[in-house]
Amino acid sequence: MVAVDRPAERGRVRLTTARRKPRRIRESPSDRALLIVIYLGLTLGVLVVVLPLLFILASSFSSPHAVTAGEVFLWPVDFTLKGYQTVLSDPQVLLGYANSLFYMIAGTLISTTLTVCIAWPLSRRTFMGRNVIMSALLFTMLFSGGLIPTYMVVQHLGLLDTRWALLLPQAVAVWQVIIARTFFRSAIPEELVEAASLDGAGDLRFLWTVVLPLSKPLIAVIALMYAIGQWNGYFDALLYLKSSDLFPLQLVLRNILVLNATNGGTNDLAAQAQNQELVNLLKYALIVITSVPVLIIYPFVARYFNKGVLIGSVKG
Amino acid sequence: MTAAPPVMTAAPPVRTPEAASAPRTPRRRRTLGQRWRIALRRHWQLYLLTILPLAYFVIFKYVPISNAVIAFKDYSPVLGVWGSPWVGWTNFEMMLQNPEFPNLIRNTLLLSGYAVLASFPVPIILALALNEVRHRWFQKTVQMVTYAPYFISTVVVVSMLILMMAPRLGVISQVFGFFGVPAPDFLGDPDYFRHIYVWSDVWQTAGYSAVIYMAALSGIDPSLYEAARVDGASRLRKIWHVDIPGIMPTAMIVLILSVGNIMTIGFEKVYLLQNPLNLGQSEIIATYVYKLGILNADFGTATAVGLFNSVVNVALLLAVNWVARRLTGSGLW
Repeated sequence: MVAVDRPAERGRVRLTTARRKPRRIRESPSDRALLIVIYLGLTLGVLVVVLPLLFILASSFSSPHAVTAGEVFLWPVDFTLKGYQTVLSDPQVLLGYANSLFYMIAGTLISTTLTVCIAWPLSRRTFMGRNVIMSALLFTMLFSGGLIPTYMVVQHLGLLDTRWALLLPQAVAVWQVIIARTFFRSAIPEELVEAASLDGAGDLRFLWTVVLPLSKPLIAVIALMYAIGQWNGYFDALLYLKSSDLFPLQLVLRNILVLNATNGGTNDLAAQAQNQELVNLLKYALIVITSVPVLIIYPFVARYFNKGVLIGSVKG
Repeated sequence: MTAAPPVMTAAPPVRTPEAASAPRTPRRRRTLGQRWRIALRRHWQLYLLTILPLAYFVIFKYVPISNAVIAFKDYSPVLGVWGSPWVGWTNFEMMLQNPEFPNLIRNTLLLSGYAVLASFPVPIILALALNEVRHRWFQKTVQMVTYAPYFISTVVVVSMLILMMAPRLGVISQVFGFFGVPAPDFLGDPDYFRHIYVWSDVWQTAGYSAVIYMAALSGIDPSLYEAARVDGASRLRKIWHVDIPGIMPTAMIVLILSVGNIMTIGFEKVYLLQNPLNLGQSEIIATYVYKLGILNADFGTATAVGLFNSVVNVALLLAVNWVARRLTGSGLW
């Protein structure tokens, strides 16, 4: 019966390994058994996550026939790059790739700038009206006008079927503002701000020369989260875009994969069989190609996550 | 200060005439207007910074909220939002009379309720298990791997599901075939839709959600572990009496937030997983609003359905928060 008291101070998360146990106490058999179960369970969990990914990867490098016949499991059969060659020579895919890169870079720039611009003042204790603004922001998390009213705004502004429609309507995420504000609060002490203002530095100059250089990890996390969000999103494109030359990769992928798979699955004419096999292979290659940029970015984000930038915000 | 911004003139009127030149005695309480003037003069650059983001929130968040009045109007694009005639609750009556409506509500609640229930315990178990692991490399590897699916896009996940569960050709049907059992039609049979949706969601987010609990676990006071060890607690008892109470507040917040989002369940994935065969269980409010509003251009009724959804959602959040405060003493506010 251990009475548990939460630590009274809501300070930042302790990341030291205070749980290290002295070696001399021997484990009881039941503890040992539990540990074995835990290790086995976690290994199983890793397999559940990894196997589907490996299957897709192996299929994408296999011959069209082997893929269609279902001979591939976790290792490529009849290794070939045919799938990738086909995908990378498809103008629609290449255009989608270029579009997605553009949306990702431009969207991240806009979103990160706006987020810092609102989060920095909100983190300052001497900034009057910050509670009102913060409540107004939080309210939008709780209650929204809905899909159609937002669509009407985009329509009214003349953004339908333009690239802006993917960059502006979802530009600022309140969650990211909260993360940034919490970070600024703990990383930039109020004394520093006062010292700077005594030295005659204005707020903007202080933000530019002191805050931003001190906040690199935060800006990295925010930018990466926005970048991944832009890269992975398809719904805004589905909603606001009509011209296929503006489509991001995800929408191209959806049109090829999801729509084809549900509509044309029974198309089994002998003449099309060969072509059908290639289309099938193409899907696997397309999945891999779409996910590569994000999986390259991923380790960087994970590193910052482990540093606790995001973790601190949970308590705030 | 000659650089006083034009915003100054917008400051509320000052009650005492001598206030502007009043000596700054720290004891005297300043009026609200005075404090605003000082803040604006000192921090006009900060206020300048917030203009663009605030404009964003007004245009893309608050104007839509005001646009939602068309739920009570017979909206015509020619007359505009405010010019269209009021019709009272007609749109809502249309919504309630729609024979599909009870089914929509049922599908939405069942799907998201199932999702909340399934995706709540898995990350906690994962975090508790990871916390027991003493080989750093193993812990890090498991974390890295289970975290990764979070970054895969919805379109890719659904594509993978469709490829792997395809009748006859998919790898899962092959596995069933290997055991001599005919594979069920996962994508076509509406009964499988919820399971596919929910468990692929768990697959995608469990590792990510576990990070929060890992943080909470590392924040537990080490003296509690020492006390438990001195008392001779087994591993399981330590988990039960120290770890779980330690992450309880975090778990409550996560649960409240997920119940609070129960009506806004991910449109993106449901819409992708939908096909004519499973529509009976896969049509939810969000997808219905999209089809009615965007594809059929019936803005008024679609907005009414959306507004109904938002209101129910807020009510749910408030209710859950109230219950959580009563039961555990910790809530969102």
